[in-house]
Amino acid sequence: MRREPPQTLGDYLPILFPAGMLTIFFVVPFGTMIAVSFFQRQQGGFYTPAFVYDNYARFLSAFFGGVLGFSLMLAIAVALCCVVLALPFTYLLTRMARRVQVVWLVALLSVLSLSEVIIGFAWSTLFSRTAGITNILVALGLMGEAKALTPSFSAVLTGMVYQAFPYTVLVLFPALVRLDPTLTEAARTLGASPLRAFFTVVVPALRNTITATLIMVFIFALGSYLLPQLLGRPQHWTLSVLITDQAIYQSNMPFAAAMAVFLVLVTLGLVALTVIAGRKGEAA
Amino acid sequence: MTSVFRRAYFFLIGLFLALPLIVVAGVSVNEKQTLAFPPQGFSTSWYGEIFLNPEWRSALVASVTLALLSAALAVAIALPLAWFLWRRIAPWANIFQLLGVAPFTLPPVITALGLLTFWATVGFYGQPWTAVVSHAIFFVTLPLVTLSLGFTSIDRSLVEAASTMGADDRTVFRTVVLPLILPYIVSGYAFAFVLSLNEYIVAYMTVGFTMETLPIKIFNALRYGYTPTMASVTILFVATAAVIFSLVARFGDLPKLLGAMSSDGK
Repeated sequence: MRREPPQTLGDYLPILFPAGMLTIFFVVPFGTMIAVSFFQRQQGGFYTPAFVYDNYARFLSAFFGGVLGFSLMLAIAVALCCVVLALPFTYLLTRMARRVQVVWLVALLSVLSLSEVIIGFAWSTLFSRTAGITNILVALGLMGEAKALTPSFSAVLTGMVYQAFPYTVLVLFPALVRLDPTLTEAARTLGASPLRAFFTVVVPALRNTITATLIMVFIFALGSYLLPQLLGRPQHWTLSVLITDQAIYQSNMPFAAAMAVFLVLVTLGLVALTVIAGRKGEAA
Repeated sequence: MTSVFRRAYFFLIGLFLALPLIVVAGVSVNEKQTLAFPPQGFSTSWYGEIFLNPEWRSALVASVTLALLSAALAVAIALPLAWFLWRRIAPWANIFQLLGVAPFTLPPVITALGLLTFWATVGFYGQPWTAVVSHAIFFVTLPLVTLSLGFTSIDRSLVEAASTMGADDRTVFRTVVLPLILPYIVSGYAFAFVLSLNEYIVAYMTVGFTMETLPIKIFNALRYGYTPTMASVTILFVATAAVIFSLVARFGDLPKLLGAMSSDGK
C-alpha cells in the first residue's frame, strides 16, 4: 500500500481524535498559560483578564535573576557531568554482546523510571549521618566519625546526575550503536591506541549527537524540582521550585505563568544559540 | 581500552546506579521504625504496611489506576496519529507529531503549569480524571516514538500484497498492520505506565490536593520524618519497573526499540 494523500473526508477520521486531544489539552493550556501571564492578580488567589507587564517586570530583579542564573548553571553542570560519564560508557556498551546490553538497558530503564521523590529520598539517606555512606567509611577506618553530607550543592549535583544519567545513555545509544565500526578499526589498523581512536575518531564523528545530547540533558535538568528541595539549601532552589511555589502556595498564577513563559523562552533561546554555534563550527 | 580499565569503569557506574537502591533495600527491612543502615534485625512488615495501612494502600491504588488509564489514553492518541503519518502523505500532519513530542521535551513544570491554569479556567481543577488526561498528554511522546519506529519497520510490500488481494484499509489494518505493530503498542504502553506510576510534578499540580498518588504520598511523608515504608515502596517500584522492562526485553527486541538497527550482529 503506497502512501497517498487523504482523498475523502473519511480518510481524515483517524487523525481527528489525536489532533483534537493534543490541541485541546496541550495547545490550549499552553496558550492559557501565556494569556494568564499578562493577567492582573487579585488578592485571594484570583486573577482578572488584563494586559499588563507587571508579572514580567517583577522577576527582572536581582533575586530572580540570581535564581535563573543558578538554575542555568546547575543544568549546565549536570549536562556536562552526564555526557562525560555516559559517552564512553554508552560507546563501550554498544560494543558488548547483545545479551549484556539488554541487562544494562533494563537496569538503566528501571533507574530512569524512579520518581524524583524516590531518588531524593535515596540520596538523602545515603548522605545522612545515621544511614549514610560515611558510616561505611567509618567501618573501613577511613573516617573518624559519620557526618551528614546534605544539604549541599554537591548533594544536589549528585542526585541530579543520578537522575539524568540513564536518560543520557538512552539518548546517546541509537547514534553510538549505529556508528560504523570500520571507522575505529581503520584508526586502530593505522596504529592508534583505543583511547586515541575514541577521542580522534568517535568523538569528532559524533559532534552533533553530543551537542544534541547536551541540550536535551540540559533541558531535562532545568525541569528538576524536588531534588534541589530535598538535597539542597534554599539558595540551591531552581526556577521550577519558585514557579510551583508561586502557583500553589502563593496563589499567584499570573506571576508563576510569567516565569514559566520566561523559562521556555530562555530554554529555546539557548537551544537556538547552541544549534547556530554548532552550524558555524561545522562550516569552519 | 584495556579490559581491566573497562571492567572497573563499568563496575563504578553500576555501583553508582545501585548504591541508593542497596541502602534503601537495607532500610526497608529494618525491624524497628528507624532508618538505620546497615539494617538492625530483619522484618518484612514495612512491605505489608503498604497494603495494610489504608493511607498507603489508597495511594498505591490511586497511582496504579492513574497509570493504567493514562497509558491507555496515551496509546489511543498515539496509535491513530502514527498510523496516519505512515499511511498518508500529509505534511501538515507532522505538526501533530511535533505537538506530541513537545510536552515531554519542555521542562515538566511548564506542561504542569499549563494544565493547571487550563483546568482551573474551565473549572475542573482537582477532578481525578483530569490527572488521567494530563498524564496521557504528558507521556504521549513515549508510545508515539515507539509506534513511529514500529511503523517504519513494517515492510510496505506485505500491506501492498494484502490490498491487491482485495482487502480494504480496515481489513489490512486488522489482519496485517495490527499484528506487526502489537509489540510496539505493548512497549509504548509499558513505558508510559511505568513513568506515570512515578511521576510527581504534573500529578501534584493537577490533583495534588484531592488525590494522593504514591510519589505525592512519599513527598508529603518526607516532611514529617522518614518511615521504612517509604523504602519498601521504593523497592516495590523499582522491582515493578525491572519486571516490566525485562518482559518487554523478553518478548521484544529492546535494543531495537531503543534505536539499534537490527537484531543480528553482536
